[in-house]
Order: sequence, then structure tokens, then C-alpha cells
Amino acid sequence: MTDPRRFLGRRKFLGHGLAGLGTLFLSGCYDLSEKPWFTGILGEVENLTRTVQHIFARPHTLAREFTKADIAPVFRANGTLDPGTADYNAHVQSGFRDWRITVSGLVERPVSLSLDDIRGLPQRTQITRHDCVEGWSCIGEWSGPQLALILAAARPKANARYAVFYCADPMTAEGDPDHRYYESLSLTEAMHPQTILAHRMNGAPLQVQHGAPVRLRCERQLGYKHAKYVERIVLVDSFAGINGGKGGYWEDQGYSWYAGI
Amino acid sequence: MTVAEQAPPAGLTARLRTAAGLAPAGPYYFFFRHKALVRIAHWINALCLAILLMSGLNIFNAHPALYWGNTSDFRHPLLMLGAYQDDAGQVTRGVTQIGHREINTTGVLGASRFQGELVSRGFPSWATLPGGSWLAMARLWHFAFAWLFVINALVFFFYGLANGHFIRDILPTRANIAHLGKEILDHARLRFPHGEEARRYNGLQKIAYSAVIFVLGPLIVLTGLSMSPTMDAAFPLLPALFGGRQAARTIHFLCAFSFFAFFIIHIAMVVLSGTWNNLRSMITGWYVIKGARHD
Repeated sequence: MTDPRRFLGRRKFLGHGLAGLGTLFLSGCYDLSEKPWFTGILGEVENLTRTVQHIFARPHTLAREFTKADIAPVFRANGTLDPGTADYNAHVQSGFRDWRITVSGLVERPVSLSLDDIRGLPQRTQITRHDCVEGWSCIGEWSGPQLALILAAARPKANARYAVFYCADPMTAEGDPDHRYYESLSLTEAMHPQTILAHRMNGAPLQVQHGAPVRLRCERQLGYKHAKYVERIVLVDSFAGINGGKGGYWEDQGYSWYAGI
Repeated sequence: MTVAEQAPPAGLTARLRTAAGLAPAGPYYFFFRHKALVRIAHWINALCLAILLMSGLNIFNAHPALYWGNTSDFRHPLLMLGAYQDDAGQVTRGVTQIGHREINTTGVLGASRFQGELVSRGFPSWATLPGGSWLAMARLWHFAFAWLFVINALVFFFYGLANGHFIRDILPTRANIAHLGKEILDHARLRFPHGEEARRYNGLQKIAYSAVIFVLGPLIVLTGLSMSPTMDAAFPLLPALFGGRQAARTIHFLCAFSFFAFFIIHIAMVVLSGTWNNLRSMITGWYVIKGARHD
């Protein structure tokens, strides 16, 4: 007689089989995450998501605005909390008296604005929800001129497709000026009524940890699009040749350029 | 689950199975249980749910805490997975905080081993896709397979409506509800319907499948969309309906674990009520019914 214990029981066999399949499946998924052809396909889905979302969210569809009672008691500061460069520290010392924001690239008339110029433009104040890609949200009040006004003054050329925002915060420990934070928006999102250059937050001048003197607010996008410490805005027709070529610091690290989801 | 007109397959495989003792003793017949579209949709769904759950846990690990409302009240999370460190910065302990209660979950939640070292991470490496902390990649997987999940679900949904699958097989009938007490008892004793009764889903099955198809599925998609700032601009009522974006995120998380609970029970029932017969019917469509045929 054959000892039945010599054979793997049916359930045990099934259990081992499923565990084996699971391991195979997982290692397969891990391997695929490293394969450019596969992540390329996953990345293409971003275009589908963007196209479909914009069927519903038209160029002027506004993000919800909240009331003062909704403002978060603690608004988390994320990313760079202080650029800490000699230049930036000098600006902090002088109250950003000499800070300038320039608009150049594919424009008819480059613009250079001081903080006083920014404050002198018609202002928009909005209480909105800030959604970090990590998953948390905070509601805050932001004030500043609409970017559309400033871009209109610079008169974008017909071939301008994106606005690229260059920031003062270095992203390497050495403070290498070639590796500073930058971000970009489509011209449509840049001209959105709630896209402002905010210099005030919750009724006070913007703090250093939140991007003083001026940060971008683009309320239909995740937090990493809201560039802090903005110095230069350059209109371009492609990201080729700009740092990693993906349109932003986090995008160059593999995050999606489309940050509406 | 229509009764097939075809004769049961009596080819070489069936004869070999009988010879090998794999087929039931006594009279039995093959019953055509699942149509091709249902079978394909089932396996696509299984793949999507596995990838969505695991990539979702990786995304959750980027901020392993849940809140209610629109804004994250960092001082009062509903749930938080965290870690303690010693003075040298070495992770010593992982905890799960629910409300004000803290539970030591070292090794699984809050802190677990990754490449041999105890590190601070919400869910452990073996439960997440990818294994390491990689938010950008997890998001790519999650959104790509969310599309596949939704498209597959829509195909199944319209098929189920159009050909009567939902009315005929899925939605509980009045008789099902009336017999629910007896069915719960039978399930608790691990007595499952067999013979002619196994040709249709029982009341508990119908309730479970209906809840997943008509409640859990739509809810997880809508709460997922509520987390998208662009979708929220287009449909401001969407996050408001769930009590705010952070509440929607919490519900999304609960839905994911409800799906997981369904999966565990589903697998247990498959095994207890006849692994191979169930698996075969979801792969080939054919299900073996013991006893003589009565139609």
C-alpha cells in the first residue's frame, strides 16, 4: 500500500501552487516596473486621463472655494522649507525689495516685475484646498494677481504651449544652480482664473516655508505643481533641453506631468 | 447560468478523469455555468483588483494616515501607521494608531523589514506594488489598472443588464430573502447546495455579489475620482457627497479592504464547496452536478 502522506495533499498542493503563482506575479510586476517599454505604456494612460478629465473640466471650470471657517489650523509646508542660498538669504534680509519675476521665452514683450508691481495689479483672493500627491489636504487662503493678466501683458507668441516656472530653491545639498526646483503648466492651465502668483497666505505675507515672496497657485492640480520661490516664467513650445526634459523637477524623477489626479 | 443544450463533453479528458477517480462516483453531468464574457471579465477583474490593492497600499504608504472632512487634521487622524526611532535614528517599533489607541504592530504595520532592515513604512513590502517605496510608479500602475477595471466593469454591467444575467442570476429574489435564515445556518455548518440546487446561486451568494457589483464597485470608483483635484473642479458635489476629500480617501480605503474581505471569503467558499469544480467552471464554463439530470 502507498502511504498517502507521501503525496502532497490536494489543498496543500493548491496552497503551494497559489503561493507560487503569487510570487511569480509579484516578481513579474516588480520587473515590469523597471522596464521602460512597460512604464511607457503605463505613462501613456496619463494622456487618456488628461483628455477625459478635460471633457468635464473646461478651461474656465473653477475649483471649489471654501470659507474662512474651513481654513486649516495647521497648513503643512512640504518640499523645500528654506532655499537657504546666500542670494535668497539676502533677499529675506531686505524684505524681498529687489526680488523680480520675469516673463520671457516665446513672448512678444518680455516682462520684469518687482513685488510692488505684483502687489499693484488687480488681486484675486481664494480659499482653496491644497492636495498633496502624498494624499493629505489642507485648506488655505491665497492672494495675488492672476497669471493670465501678466501673461497677457507679455503677449505670448502663437507657438507658446507651456509656461515653465523657475524657482530659487536648490534641489541638491551642494546648492548646484543647475538643479533648482522648476515646474510647468499648459498655457490653458496657466491662464485659468484661479492660477495666481500668490504673495499672501491666510491674510499675511507669504512665509519662507510656503514659498516667499511668491508662489504659484493652480487650484486644479496636485501640490507639486504649485512652485514656490518663483523667479522666472519662460514660455516654451516643448520641454526638450530643459533639465530632464519632462517639464518639472518631480516629473524628471518619474512623476506624471499631468497632476490633475 | 443557463442550462446548456449541448451534451456534456464525453471526450478523452472526461473518460480519463473518470478513470483517475477525479470525477464523482455515481451519476453526474456537466452543466454550462458561466458564459465566456463573464469568465473573461472575472479574470480581468481579479488581475485588476490584485494590482489596484497592492499599488494602492504603496500610494497609501506615502502618507499612512486617514482623516475625515476636507482638510487633514494632522493632530487627530482616524488611523495612522507610524514608527518609533531610538536616538541613533534606528527604527525600533511600528504602531497602528486608531483614534487614541496605539497597538504594537512591529513587523507588519508601521515598521517592517525591507531588504533586511527594520524601516518605517505603513504596509509591508510584500503587500505593496512595487515592493519598495515608489509613489510615482505605484500611481502609474494604479491609474492604468483603474481604467482597465472600470472599462471591464462597464462591459460586464451592460452585458448583465442586456442579457438578463443580473435579474436571472445575481439579484436576490423574494424567496432568497425568505430562506436567508436557513442559508446562514447551512453556510455556518459548511453545508453547501449540491445537486440541482447548485445550478443557481443561493441567497447569500446573490447578496454578496450584488453588494460588490452594485455598491462596493461604484463606491470605490467614485471615492477614487473624488481624490482628483481636476475632477473635483468639474464635479464639486462628488467629494462633498462623501464628506470631503479626506473622507472620500478614508471611504476609498475602507472599500479596498471590503474588497479584500470579499476576496478572502470568496476564496474560502471556492475551496470549501469544491475547488476544481468551481475553478473549472470559471475557466471553461463547465460545472459538474452530481445526480441525475432532471431537465
